[in-house]
Amino acid sequence: MISSIKTVAVCGAGGTMGAGIAIVAARAGFSTICFDTATASLDRAAKQTEGFFAKSVERGKISAPDKDAVMARLSRTTKLDDLAAADLVIEAVFEDLSVKKDLLGKLGKVCPEPTIFASNTSTLSITEIASGSGRDDRVVGLHFCLPAQLMKLIEVSPGINTSDATLNAAWAWCEAAGQLPVKTQDKPGFILNALLVPFNNDAIRAVEAGVASPADVDTAIKLALGYKMGPLELIDLVGLDTQVRLCEAFYPVTLDPRAAAPPLLTRMVAAGRLGRKSGRGFYAYDTGKMFGG
Amino acid sequence: MGYSIVANGESRSFPNGDAFLAGTTDKADVVIYLGAELVADDSKAAILVELGTESLGRHTGEASGEEGSNVLGFARYRNGSDAPSKLVELVRQPRTKDSAIAAAKAVLEAAGLTVVVCADQAGRIIDRLVRPKYNAALRFLDEGLATAKDMDLTCRLGLGYADGPIERVERGGLAHHHDVTKALFDVFATPAYAPARRAIVAKQREKKT
Repeated sequence: MISSIKTVAVCGAGGTMGAGIAIVAARAGFSTICFDTATASLDRAAKQTEGFFAKSVERGKISAPDKDAVMARLSRTTKLDDLAAADLVIEAVFEDLSVKKDLLGKLGKVCPEPTIFASNTSTLSITEIASGSGRDDRVVGLHFCLPAQLMKLIEVSPGINTSDATLNAAWAWCEAAGQLPVKTQDKPGFILNALLVPFNNDAIRAVEAGVASPADVDTAIKLALGYKMGPLELIDLVGLDTQVRLCEAFYPVTLDPRAAAPPLLTRMVAAGRLGRKSGRGFYAYDTGKMFGG
Repeated sequence: MGYSIVANGESRSFPNGDAFLAGTTDKADVVIYLGAELVADDSKAAILVELGTESLGRHTGEASGEEGSNVLGFARYRNGSDAPSKLVELVRQPRTKDSAIAAAKAVLEAAGLTVVVCADQAGRIIDRLVRPKYNAALRFLDEGLATAKDMDLTCRLGLGYADGPIERVERGGLAHHHDVTKALFDVFATPAYAPARRAIVAKQREKKT
């Protein structure tokens, strides 16, 4: 299927995920508008993007002229009105329903009728996000994996009112962007987080219950199942506070006890043990070298 | 440090032909029971009992949280009829002697295995963590969240797993998954461990044939 989308806008392009999505779009030949409310964030993301492509040139993955062409396809703005030129707007803003609904409501007034809105939410309902847009038949979930510029997979989720035409157009765009779409229902966490968040909580509960040390839990999972990272290593990487936020997003919706934040997790966050970013989580990172905590 | 083996039938951890079975010595400090009834012997550095879904306490008896001796449980992780992995879950009790753990680790690690130590709790590490995940994936399949192929693909590409949950649990045997989750459910009595519908069906069909 050929994508009819020519211009893509990314909201929240000053963030890690948004910047990665912008790279995916521009690299695939789409004119890409990077939108964020803060110029400094956009500037920082632009530098990171420049650095990413400089490395790609060094490694021979892209030629210098091609890199220049990609960079030329990227534009930056802090004015929402500039997104009127987009055929597809992908939002990757803060994971908060009211923030996303508010954004889509504003975009609904700025963008022409045919423009499709996509949400990169990992936990929220596409249907609920779409409900404030004034065009809920043209809103779809496109959940990229982190880091978006390297990961091929996109979870594509139609909301209750998403039209087939919107779903097909979004699907075609994913393929045109060189990504691999998989279809999921609009359910909490789609596939990835619905499986991962409770699993990671279970690993924390096992440590809390004295089943084994974090290091032994991670070793067992990696060796037995061939996972690249153990669950506790992964939580340390994404941040224990982030895991709490994921639980807060999931549990009230699913009422699944496995999705509730384990007491040990909330205690560790209260103690400032947030994982790699704070130097200590289930492991300590004082010397930059990981060892058992 | 040498080991001897007391076997009764084929072991899941060390199936017939496994090199470990040929490494025994006459004067062994460690005795490994594979399917045979445990005989206590305090003179040994460690005694290892291969476990299925049962607790080590079934073999040793328990004493209000004060149990522990030179006897340890173990299971080498293996999914269905896949070759056994390098991972051995070594099961200890609250008062298990540190010297027994060290002796057991020495013997197993000398054979090229990786040992993790865990408490005598249902499911040890692996089954306790992965069985609820398989149950969830099987339920998602019933509920139409995504196709089995897409769920597996998503886990491989999005999470870097070697394989997806559906293909893995099916390869391991849905009837076997039923047996493991039923044993876990008997202990924890939480829905996460209740055998998934597809596992129940597989078990019913296994009985039929």
